[in-house]
This record gives sequence, C-alpha cells and structure tokens, in this order.
Amino acid sequence: MATLTLRDLRKNYGPMEVIKGVSLDVADRELVVFVGPSGCGKSTLLRMIAGLEAITAGELQIDGQRVNELGPADRGLAMVFQSYALYPHMTVRQNMGFALRLARVPRAERDRKVDEAARILQLEPYLDRRPKDLSGGQRQRVAIGRAIVRQPRVFLFDEPLSNLDAALRGQMRIELSRLHEELNATMIYVTHDQVEAMTLADKIVVLQAGRVEQVGSPLDLYHRPENLFVAGFIGSPQMNMLPATVQEAGPSGLAVALASGTRIVAPVAAGSANQGDSVTLGIRPEGLRLDPDGPIGGEVRLAERLGGLTLLHVTIEDGRQVTVQIEGSDLTRPHETVRLSVNPVACHVFDQSGRAFTHLLKHSLAA
Amino acid sequence: MPSVIVLLAWMIVPLVMTVWFSFQYYNLVNPEAAGFAGLDNYEFLVTDPDFWAALTNTVILLGSVLVITVGFGTLLAVLFDQPFPGRNIARLLAISPFFVMPTVSALVWKNLLMHPIYGVLSVAMRAVGLEPVDWFAQYPLASVIAIVSWEWLPFALLILLTAVQSLDHEQREAARMDGAGAIAQFFFLTLPHLSRAIGVVVMIETIFLLTVFAEIFVTTSGGPGNASTNLAFLIYARALLQYDIGGASAGGVVAIVLANIVAFFLVRSIARRLEV
Repeated sequence: MATLTLRDLRKNYGPMEVIKGVSLDVADRELVVFVGPSGCGKSTLLRMIAGLEAITAGELQIDGQRVNELGPADRGLAMVFQSYALYPHMTVRQNMGFALRLARVPRAERDRKVDEAARILQLEPYLDRRPKDLSGGQRQRVAIGRAIVRQPRVFLFDEPLSNLDAALRGQMRIELSRLHEELNATMIYVTHDQVEAMTLADKIVVLQAGRVEQVGSPLDLYHRPENLFVAGFIGSPQMNMLPATVQEAGPSGLAVALASGTRIVAPVAAGSANQGDSVTLGIRPEGLRLDPDGPIGGEVRLAERLGGLTLLHVTIEDGRQVTVQIEGSDLTRPHETVRLSVNPVACHVFDQSGRAFTHLLKHSLAA
Repeated sequence: MPSVIVLLAWMIVPLVMTVWFSFQYYNLVNPEAAGFAGLDNYEFLVTDPDFWAALTNTVILLGSVLVITVGFGTLLAVLFDQPFPGRNIARLLAISPFFVMPTVSALVWKNLLMHPIYGVLSVAMRAVGLEPVDWFAQYPLASVIAIVSWEWLPFALLILLTAVQSLDHEQREAARMDGAGAIAQFFFLTLPHLSRAIGVVVMIETIFLLTVFAEIFVTTSGGPGNASTNLAFLIYARALLQYDIGGASAGGVVAIVLANIVAFFLVRSIARRLEV
C-alpha cells in the first residue's frame, strides 16, 4: 500500500509554533499511534498529514512523493473523525458511497464497494438507515466504512474511540486490530489513551509540546523509556519516581541512595554520572515486591483489589507514595507496615535533564 | 382554564363577527340596505375581477419575496459565515433593514430610490444616458416586491446564518477529505443542513407576507388600477373606501381560509421535516 515520510514538519499559528520539527518514517502496512497529553500537537500533526492544516515548513511524502501542496482529497488518504462526522441526512449507504459519488464512480461499482465494506464491518442490515438511528458503535463502524470504501493509501484515525463507553471501546479496539490485519493497510492513529496505544500499535510515537519524545514499539517504550516523560506517560499504573543521589558508579550498575538513605543498585551504564549527582529513580509498580527482608520500609495506605491484580499504595520511609503491583489477590490491609524489595530489571535512572541512563540488561521482549 | 376562555373569546368573537357580517348587507353610507344577504357578498366578490387580480397579486407577491429572500438569504448566510475583514460591520448593515418600519422603508424607496425625477435609480440611469423609469407606474407589483424583499431579507439572513454556523466543522472536513469542493459542499452538506431553517423562514414569512399592507398603501395605493392590489389592500379598500363592510368581511373570510390552507400545508411539511 503506502509508506509515509515526515521530514522536519513544522506548524505555526501566527508567532506560535505548535509543531516543532517532527521527522518520522511510517513503513508500509504499519499501524503507528501518536500518543501524548492533550495539547501536545498530535491531532494537529494528523490534520497536517490529512491536508486539513497547511504545513508551515518541512516536507511530507507519501510513497516518496512530496504532497505538501496537494489538497486533502488528492492525497489518497481517508480519515475517521472523533465525532464520526457522518452526514446526517444521508443513509449509511449514501454516507459510505459519498466519496465515490463525487469521484463519479459508476453506480454498480459504487454499490459493490459499499457492500464489500459493509460486509467487512457487519453493517449490512443497517445500510438504509440514517446515522441517528444507529448506536455509537455502529456509527463508528460507518465512519470506518466510509474510509474503507475509498481504498485509501493511508488510514488516519483521530481519537476514534473516545466517544464510546468503556466496554464498547475495548471491543472496537479488538475490531480495529482485526481490521488492520484484514485490510493490510498503513494506518496512523491518534489517541491520548496509552492503553489504546499499547494494544494497537506496531510503533508508538510519543509527542509532547509539539516534539517527538520517543518512537518505538510498545514494549520498547515500556521497558526502555528514553526519558522521564515517556517513562511517566507509558504504563498504567504509572512508574514510581523517587528522587535519589548517586553513591557509586560500578560496572554492574549505578548505586543510588534514596532520601531515606536506602541504597539500591540499578543495572544502568553510569555514563557521565558522578558521585553526589541528583537523579530520579524510576521503578515500575510490578518491579516492587512485598519482601520481609526488603530494603524499603513503609505503610500501606490503600489497597485496590482487582481480583487478578492487587495495587498497594504505600507511603515509604521518606514520605513518598509508591504503587506496588502484585499478581493475584493479596490480603495486605491498609495501615499494615510492609517491607519492599526491588527487581533491578524494572529500575530506571534519569539524570537531572530527564534523560535515561542506558540499561545494561537487554530486555527479552524489547528490541 | 379562565385564561384559555379569555383567549378563545379573544379569537372567536372577531372571527364570528367577520363571518356574520359577511352574510349581511352592511354598507356604512347606505344604512337602509341592511339585512341578511345570504351568499350575495360572496357572489359579488368572486364575480369581481378585482378580487381575482388581488388574489393573483397576493400569490405572486408571496412567491417572489419568498424566492428572493430565501435564495439571497442562503447565499449571504454562507458568505457571512466565511471570515473576512469587517465581517461584523457587514453583518450589522445587512441586518439593519429589518429594524426599519415598513411605512418608513416604503417612503424611503418611493422618494429616495425609485422616484422618477429625484430618485437615485433615475439619476444613475440618466448619468449613463438611459431613460429613467417611473417604477411605481410601470412596474408597480415588481416595485412592491423589491421593497418587501428588502425588508425581509435580513430576517431570512439572520435565521439562516445561525443555522449555517451550527454546521459541524468535522462534517465539512470529512466532506473535504471525500473530495467535495465548495459547490459540492454547499449542495450536499450546507443545503440539507439548512432545510429545517429554510422551512421556518418560509412559514414565518408566509404568515406576514399574506398581509402586506403598509408598503402598498404608502407607495401605489394598489394601483395603477388594481395592478398592485393584494387581498389585504382589497379588504381595506372595500371597507374604508367603499364603506361596504359586508363585502369586506367576505373578503376577510376568504383571506382567513387562504391563510389556513397555506398554513396547513406548511405546518405539515415542516412537522414532517422536524421528525427526520
């Protein structure tokens, strides 16, 4: 189908720069997710790719050809909007066939393509209904159908699931994955929901304030975040961030001391770290374990028992709050005193500018 | 409940009296000729060529003004929806005619714009060497239509502009992605979106346009002959120029029936549209 290349894309609104130079390669048939907090520029970037926003500087290529100057309809892209943006006075069939009708595709061929898309999306019984007679999930599917019918080179999704309830969102997520496989299409997907990003993406692009923070596979980002922002943004519950000072840099890692004096050795390359430097120690919630001989002591404040998982919110000795994720049902009760040990693999150290020290252990799943 | 009775009386009493008078010989200058007239007033009315001319004029006036105001109103609404410098002032100017009293605007048109000697139009035509036109003598009905359209265009514009502004911008972007240019967007997106607002404009304007009076009274007084007499003016002329209350009442009953027929179809079509 298609590859997409962004070369130092920039967007200004007056004097304000909202996209500050984004470069990215999207391979054929890849599902790339742009993720970031609200206002990070992810939707603007998608709209620039779609042609709905002018590109201030930089180059956008589809299949190696510059398309900056092409209008939205001529780029061969299709977009699914957050509000679905279905045409309310047209039936489902007319909605899905609208682009073909404008392109003067003969009626028979148009109907064939619409029927084909309706079959893929299980929309056949609804073809003669109007959008207002459909449920949220069905409208969503019509919006996707409208994109499929055009056989675009690249599909663009702008937070397509954010108007659905939680159960339906989970279902549509699976459906989108299936669709990506069935259509074999290049897709770009924007969301602020990191769970959606993790489950759908071949490649995640984390954006913040108009800049790319990190690009990588979901597990790459999870296990090897390059900076504090990505470490904090990816993963739920959030990574525990504790201030610490460097005690010693050795070949097996960096020994750091927490504010309470507890010493922890993280398996990261020391790089330019010197003794006494302030750093941030990041520990994934599943990297902490209840252990009577563990180095960190604290008091349980709250226990969230989810059945298969238990989340303990623990106030540790230096007054910080950490989250501990335990497999299965744990019966530790609030206000109990516990001791925690740390799994070094789940430890990350960030310097004062927020950059991560390189991990020494290769993670088996991350590239 | 008492308020409903008051309201009912308020409506019923004049209606019943009109109907009653329409079956009476009742002429203010000839009190001798009184008594029950049966259908004589109606017979006199429908055999009067003035009546049919007035009915035709009413329909032409209504239809033309509707077409002009809705047509230009839609175009202007789409235009005023686009951002351009001075948009707010332009909007204000476009809407201001609505605040001018019908009598005043008719006088302004009559004496400042369309006057064959002093009028702006005649001056302009003379300036390019054309023979000026005595608008109210030569094109009386068209002139009235122009004035009434000028008065009602702002109303149509106002309603349609708010409707255009409520069009979902993502829908418009979706249409752009689907390859719809400005014209296709107008016909496939804007116009269907406006259909309900257009229905409301047509209904409200119809109610008021059936009773246009001041503009005619001030400019042409229904003439020359009956060329610009509509039903409302005919009733006025019957009652207060010919003092024939019975005949005027018969005309009034016809006007009521006509208005109800129009209202019936309009309300039905709009109600159907509201369901969709």
